[in-house]
Amino acid sequence: MNARFARVAAAAALAGTLGIGAASAQDTITIGELNSYKAIPAFLEPYQKGMELAVAEVNEAGGVLGRELRIVTRDDGANPGDAVRAAEELVTREGADVIAGTFLSNIGLAVSEYAKRRKVFFLASEPLTDKLTWDNGNRYTFRLRPSTYMQVAMLMDAAEASGAKRWALVYPNYEYGTSAAETFKQLLKERVPDAEIVTEQAPPLRGIDAGSVVQAIADSQPDGIFNALFAGDLSQFVREGQTRGLFDETAVVSLLTGEPEYLDPLGADTPTGWVVTGYPWSAIDTPEHAAFLAAYQDRFDTYPRLGSVVGYATIKSLAAGIEKAGSTDPEALVDAFEGLDVETPFGPITYRPSDHQSTMGAFVGHLDLVDGKGQMVDFRYVAGEDVLPAEDVVKALRPAD
Amino acid sequence: MSLEALLFQGLNGLAQASTLFMVAAGLSLVFGVTRIVNLAHGSFMMLGLYAAWTLATSLGGALGFWGGIVVAALGVGLLGAVLEVAILRRLYRAPELFQLLSTFAILLVLNDLALFLWGPEDLLGPRAPGLSGAVTILDRRFPSYDLFLIAAGPLVLLALHLVVTRSRFGRLIRAATEDREMVGALGVNQALLFTAVFALAAALAGLGGALQLPRQPATLTLDLEVIADAFVVTVVGGMGSLPGAFLAAILIAEIKALCIAIGQVSVFGVALNLSKFTLVAEFVVMAVVLIVRPYGLLGRPPVHVREGGEPEAPLRPAGTPARIAAVAVLACLAALPLAATGSPYTLVLATDILIAVLFAASLHFIMGPAGLHSFGHAAYFGLGAYATAIAVTRLGLPMGPAMLIAPTAGGAGAALFGWFSVRLSGVYLAMLTLAFAQIVWSILYQWEGLTGGSNGIFGAWPAAPFDSRAGFYLLALGVTVAGLLALRTALFSPFGYAMRAGRDSPLRAEAIGIGVFRVHWLAFILAGVFAGLAGALFAFAKGSVSPEIASIAESVDGLAMVLLGGVHSLLGPIVGASVFTWLSDTVSRTTDYWRAALGGIILLIVLVQPGGIMGGVGALGRHLRRARP
Repeated sequence: MNARFARVAAAAALAGTLGIGAASAQDTITIGELNSYKAIPAFLEPYQKGMELAVAEVNEAGGVLGRELRIVTRDDGANPGDAVRAAEELVTREGADVIAGTFLSNIGLAVSEYAKRRKVFFLASEPLTDKLTWDNGNRYTFRLRPSTYMQVAMLMDAAEASGAKRWALVYPNYEYGTSAAETFKQLLKERVPDAEIVTEQAPPLRGIDAGSVVQAIADSQPDGIFNALFAGDLSQFVREGQTRGLFDETAVVSLLTGEPEYLDPLGADTPTGWVVTGYPWSAIDTPEHAAFLAAYQDRFDTYPRLGSVVGYATIKSLAAGIEKAGSTDPEALVDAFEGLDVETPFGPITYRPSDHQSTMGAFVGHLDLVDGKGQMVDFRYVAGEDVLPAEDVVKALRPAD
Repeated sequence: MSLEALLFQGLNGLAQASTLFMVAAGLSLVFGVTRIVNLAHGSFMMLGLYAAWTLATSLGGALGFWGGIVVAALGVGLLGAVLEVAILRRLYRAPELFQLLSTFAILLVLNDLALFLWGPEDLLGPRAPGLSGAVTILDRRFPSYDLFLIAAGPLVLLALHLVVTRSRFGRLIRAATEDREMVGALGVNQALLFTAVFALAAALAGLGGALQLPRQPATLTLDLEVIADAFVVTVVGGMGSLPGAFLAAILIAEIKALCIAIGQVSVFGVALNLSKFTLVAEFVVMAVVLIVRPYGLLGRPPVHVREGGEPEAPLRPAGTPARIAAVAVLACLAALPLAATGSPYTLVLATDILIAVLFAASLHFIMGPAGLHSFGHAAYFGLGAYATAIAVTRLGLPMGPAMLIAPTAGGAGAALFGWFSVRLSGVYLAMLTLAFAQIVWSILYQWEGLTGGSNGIFGAWPAAPFDSRAGFYLLALGVTVAGLLALRTALFSPFGYAMRAGRDSPLRAEAIGIGVFRVHWLAFILAGVFAGLAGALFAFAKGSVSPEIASIAESVDGLAMVLLGGVHSLLGPIVGASVFTWLSDTVSRTTDYWRAALGGIILLIVLVQPGGIMGGVGALGRHLRRARP
């Protein structure tokens, strides 16, 4: 038994460490993609489908610079240390020309730091933290999705229009939540100077005691609630809040809740009247989105989530950037991405030269119940450039290259 | 804050406590009877919730909901029985820690099973038929289902109490908890008893999970979240004590509810948000309770178990052939940068392995030779890494001094926490170290100003000549080898013998003048020093640090490395850390179900060779020597 085990282990060890991975061929462009697939599957499985669709479209149209696109994906284990190793592996072993992906903010920042150090081009598709493009911004990192700041800013019109003066804040206890709350407080003060914050609840991520949190908010008697909870925490908060009548006479503005990833699990519990940011995939009638929707449903037999759009636009951005740069040289790519225009299912976006943030926006609308399912109604698209601070403002936030 | 609001929050806490109690009760029973610390217990709760969701949504109506809860609990109980018979039964004579490793492997496999069966999305069940509304209490609306839960907890406690005190099965449980060898000697079918207890515990966890159906969505991360909470409740209450678990569940749930109710307070002009304290509240409670009452609120000192696996052979210094082999291996490793010029990733992975080896060796130093099973060793790794990162990025120190700060920070943390921890033993020690590690983690996670909060600190890169992959690899090799030699030297010094004497027989050690507490405390500090050093290497290797490195998962990885290699061999942590790091790197790349694959490999090793890899090699060596004429 022991001998056999030792043999198997030895053979496996040989195969693993000595076998050098397949070198990338000259006629392909390799996109090294890493993400927390196992930890955040609800968002990232549709995301992967979106990438797949985009790669197929690009390659059917003849590839980029006459070369085929190839994606190599890695799971980062939701751990920044492992993510940096995965990035190293993609670059050194798989010969990735660029790296892309990441969902969690801390991982996005760690990989961005690695990109800066090793001078590798990195397109962060998902992480929301403002630090990625501002405080910790660097030359080699760009970001696709609208940041926390942008999404909060999108809700401020509704917050002001609600007329609420006594606000309760509820957000998950980590950087996304705390910075969303800080931004909200700051923008609220500018818009409604006499508004006050009556309570702040910051339950642990994925660990909310929803009953107690809802009660504490109700006891503070707010007339407006700002919510940044999502996923499981959100479902529990919504159900408890409805059972206990928290939302009956309170205006609610809520981050991310309109994204199908988080809205669909709410089902019949969907709280009507909330003003949310999200992606009403079934009701957008622009030609860009209709084409994307048809291609996606045709290929996968399911509807797109926001992750699908992000994955799709990530690949389309990279293809456009490499085409414009004329090579995969990181320096040329960075220069090409500064001011790069890309067509996405949400319409044209631009990567700003000042802070490397794309102007991709999001939809803002009301939640309603249609046939027992949640849906966004009365929505409008808010473009990123409408909520981003001016270029000279953000330039001051970024460290010098 | 009115008194009514406070009372009302008390009710919320009670509802929360019920589920916590049911899950913890099962854990406590299993530990009492089989001495197994079952890391997979949270998985039973998760599966119970998933199963109840499937039944409630596919059958629908009151029957689907209430019947589904019962069927889910029974089904999970059955699964528990199957796992006990198929896997755990083979391990009762293996060292305690090996059982732990195998339950960890089961946890990994069950998690991927749930992913396979139910997919990745969060699944929130329907509202409870008949109890979907709310009743008005104290002018506030309280969900009627929560009232039902408040009643369910004490009912389950009562039922368990009756079973344990009145039935023959219960007498056997109590007898086995006191002295399971004697129970076996008296002709009781131990295998059947263990299976039954395990099934009961799994069913309780399944019930606790199923009852959360209308309150909490089924997610794939529940298993780890619940197991941490359940351990805390079990340990605070006293392992093996059901009323203790009940009391602890209420205590913890009420403290959390109170923190949420109070919300923002101002202490001496500093604004504090107590709702953020819920992140770590239960671990602070556990630390305080264990410091004041070392065996929990209602627990008793653990009884000695006679059949604790084979006695361990004493450590012997390496002979000349082994020394020559070690030098040869070292020479090969030093030449690796030359061989790996074509594949720089080999060096990257090798660097990570070296860091893991130093970390695992420092943990093994207290786990093996000192018998102190720390579940929170990542704290000292994290303290070292953060100290280095802060020194480099905030204080602007050069690399050399920054690396020296790390062992100091790791050692200082170990000195503080070790002073409390090494007084305890067994599971209580493990849990106290875990509590301290969680406190460290939560400070790193929340102190935005100093530690960068949940994002961490960025920009700690090594200086020339270590800024190349090869340069840093050689540095890591040098530091790790020096660390290993230092730990080894300590083990074969009089101090090391005193340490082992304190582990094997504290009484005799004290009698011949060895201060066991002092020796073990020093050993704990030394382990913290080298874990901190490994942390410094980590910070420079990655260029950034984040709170994950001090998390439970990191501590558990360390445990898995040590156990995989074998706790009774000095080569164990080296081999274990190498194999574990390399496996998780390779397996995660080749399959989507890499957790299950990793778990399966660990189970295979455990079942085939319950002494760890080095235990297996050692047995093979003895076998070969015997075979020679």
